[in-house]
Amino acid sequence: MRRIAVGVLFAAAFAAVAFLGRPAGSSEVEAADLGFHLDEVAARRGVDFRHHKTTLDPRLENVAPHVAGVGASVAVTDFDGDGWNDLYFTSSRFGTPNGLFHNRGDGRFESVAADVGLADLNREGIGVSMGSVWADYDGDGREDAFVYGWGFQRLFRNVDGTAFEDVSERAGVRVWMNSNAAIWLDYDRDGRLDLYVAGYFRDDVDMWHLESTRIMQNSFEFATNGGANRLFHGLPDGTFEDVTGRAGVGSTRWTLAVASADFDGDGWPDLYLANDYGPEELYLNRGDGTFELAGDVGLADDSKSGMSVSLGDVHNRGRLDVFVTNISERGYLFQGNNLRLNFLAESDGFQNVARGIVADAGWAWGAQFGDLDNDGFQDLFVTNGFISADRQRDYWYGMSKVAGAHGAIFEDAGNWPPIGEASLSGFERSRLLLRRGEFVDVAQAAGVEDELDGRGVAFADLENRGVLDVIVANQDGPALVYRNEVGSGGHWIQLALEGRAANRSAIGAEAVVEFGEARQRQVVSGGMGFASQSQRRLHFGLGAATRVDRVTIRWPSGTEQVIESPAIDRLHRVVEPAADTP
Amino acid sequence: MSQAAVAESAGPRTRFHWSRINPKHLIIFLITLILVLGEWRYAILGGYERLVATLGSCMLTEAALSRLLRGRRASLSSAYISGISLALLLKPQSGLLWPFWLGGFLAIASKYVIVYRGRHLWNPSNFAIGVLVLLAPGTVAILSHQWGNEIATNAVIWGVGLVVAGRARVLHVTLAYLAAFVVLSALRSAITGAPLMAEIAPVTGPMYQLFIFFMITDPRTTVSTRRGRMLVAVLVALVETAIRLAGDAGIAWLTPLYYSPPILALFFVGPVAMWWDLRRRARREAAPA
Repeated sequence: MRRIAVGVLFAAAFAAVAFLGRPAGSSEVEAADLGFHLDEVAARRGVDFRHHKTTLDPRLENVAPHVAGVGASVAVTDFDGDGWNDLYFTSSRFGTPNGLFHNRGDGRFESVAADVGLADLNREGIGVSMGSVWADYDGDGREDAFVYGWGFQRLFRNVDGTAFEDVSERAGVRVWMNSNAAIWLDYDRDGRLDLYVAGYFRDDVDMWHLESTRIMQNSFEFATNGGANRLFHGLPDGTFEDVTGRAGVGSTRWTLAVASADFDGDGWPDLYLANDYGPEELYLNRGDGTFELAGDVGLADDSKSGMSVSLGDVHNRGRLDVFVTNISERGYLFQGNNLRLNFLAESDGFQNVARGIVADAGWAWGAQFGDLDNDGFQDLFVTNGFISADRQRDYWYGMSKVAGAHGAIFEDAGNWPPIGEASLSGFERSRLLLRRGEFVDVAQAAGVEDELDGRGVAFADLENRGVLDVIVANQDGPALVYRNEVGSGGHWIQLALEGRAANRSAIGAEAVVEFGEARQRQVVSGGMGFASQSQRRLHFGLGAATRVDRVTIRWPSGTEQVIESPAIDRLHRVVEPAADTP
Repeated sequence: MSQAAVAESAGPRTRFHWSRINPKHLIIFLITLILVLGEWRYAILGGYERLVATLGSCMLTEAALSRLLRGRRASLSSAYISGISLALLLKPQSGLLWPFWLGGFLAIASKYVIVYRGRHLWNPSNFAIGVLVLLAPGTVAILSHQWGNEIATNAVIWGVGLVVAGRARVLHVTLAYLAAFVVLSALRSAITGAPLMAEIAPVTGPMYQLFIFFMITDPRTTVSTRRGRMLVAVLVALVETAIRLAGDAGIAWLTPLYYSPPILALFFVGPVAMWWDLRRRARREAAPA
């Protein structure tokens, strides 16, 4: 009898494994219940852009699709200052153009990259583009572009809104790096913008003329043999000084994304790095021009494949939480995305609360927080999929042979099994994680059904309607523009901040909007996500709230500005007050 | 009693000689060493709650089932080894603890439920991992990390592992499997055209170290003869190679096997070999002299 009872329990355990082991799926939310819908309108609106992957040294042929699997980026900027968000996309193959799409204000875009001198950037001997970040670094009121990539980094000064001048050499940033990420920030709060550029492959590697195939990571979890990150300090004469060593932020992990904000509330912008093949890194700004790598905040032991870092206020607590994408693949690997709630002020740490669909979004790349349905809570859009090639062939098994091996083996690309035409986490669709108490995936119900290999994703109000549209850059594929149709009911408020002095872009400014029980914090970003930059202005959905109690803005200079009861459902242009203005 | 007499009489009882240590204790020492080194250097566990869950589940199950079905207090040493093995090898989706609880239960319960002629057929950890990976691949994977690149860590684990395997008289199993793996790697490389190092690469990772030191060598689930154990090790490597070649060929319906070829090869070969060995021995014992 006892034996039978144990046998029944044993069988029940089998059933429990099968039941509990079901993967997290999409929610059953009906489209009609969402309150918004995303329509893909890129071609109809004139955004006709396709990314092309880079070529490589022939010695990397066996892993070429893997190595060349990045470069599709999107940045939102208003390069001509007309109040309408424009779009800039990068391509990564020699001879293919980058795309700048001017927003005409009538719902259509026109391609102007060649006219302004920002198209023909991918040239042999120079390098290829991997992304761009925009800011008014010289304080002339016009948005300039820093285009990072593999090869020489380039800075383009916006002359008059109709032309861009390559000032890389003169500015001191024309350095050879293999970069997949960069951001603008004002780390020393001197009023001038600085640049943080992340290295991926080593700086001494020319991806088209290799001296050796030993260029890969030397560990899948603890690699430190990537390209060094660099911090360029902006000087009054418009040039930049490399202060990496002095500042202590020259990580040689394989950084794929960077975000900056004041995580610990000390008034100084910190750096948060998502590193491929290694743990995330938080560099806390000491306020004296140097940074300290935070060692006890729970990041060092959690080694994954960080692809993107996005900041959002998940629970409207007035804190900037962190979402970092990673890799999950059925049967092979469950690194899981990280959704780290920021408790630095209370406990010196983060709490990773990613579970289910938030943790497992496939081979996830770019992600952004934003309130897509204006319900008062920030949602998450996550792009997915690495290599979509032959649907019948899968490289996961091939990669698994070397992934668990000693680093000395897979550091040499020549030891990798040939990928051929196989897919690797291909044909995955983007996730749209909506706040319904917990996050639920409503992508398909909302109209996001493509299976392209998404990389960068940005949010922008493209028609100045008070809603966030979604722009996705796809690897070796077309850019997508999802026009957001939000139903009635959700109120909103937008803030376009303009700083004084040289940082007129107000990058680093933080705004807290108080409505009802909520206190939602957002930061003006100089680049966020993976190979992405969303619109400069801040968008707050308010849900059913019919008034905003207060907006508190902390400018990078340290000036704090409070705006009581601002009008809702409109964009507020706010100029930084003089230091002695209350 | 003179001092000399004391020394003479005390000597044989107190002088340490490692050959006197129970091999099982050496294995416990080795797996604890791997746990400590892996966690200290590489945070390999992914959270202490996982260790608590598997150790707790294995030990509780062992204690309860031993009392319930055999009426005696159980030794918890094998439950300890299984618990640590599972904590190290299971890598499920973030935040999930049930694979550790259920894995621990399945591992130990299999020893009491799936029995043939009084012997269990599967290595407990191997059984639990096989069931979890085959039934729940959507949420459970196994260890795919590596020990980083420090030669010292690898050298310590390999060195101690080989010594312990020798002391436990299972070194021939480890070496037979390793030799077969390397030869078959060359064969796979020749067949598929993949770099030889890509085929040999897996055996340099920690998952394989756990496999060759704790799973394939488990004295309780290996056949009775030395030659037979070596043959089974080679058979496991052969089945693993078949799985790997199928993976290279991209045979879709066999995909669940590609997640962990060595562990699943042992999952299929091990119990069949045990069953055949037990049956053969029973027939031989039953045969008239």
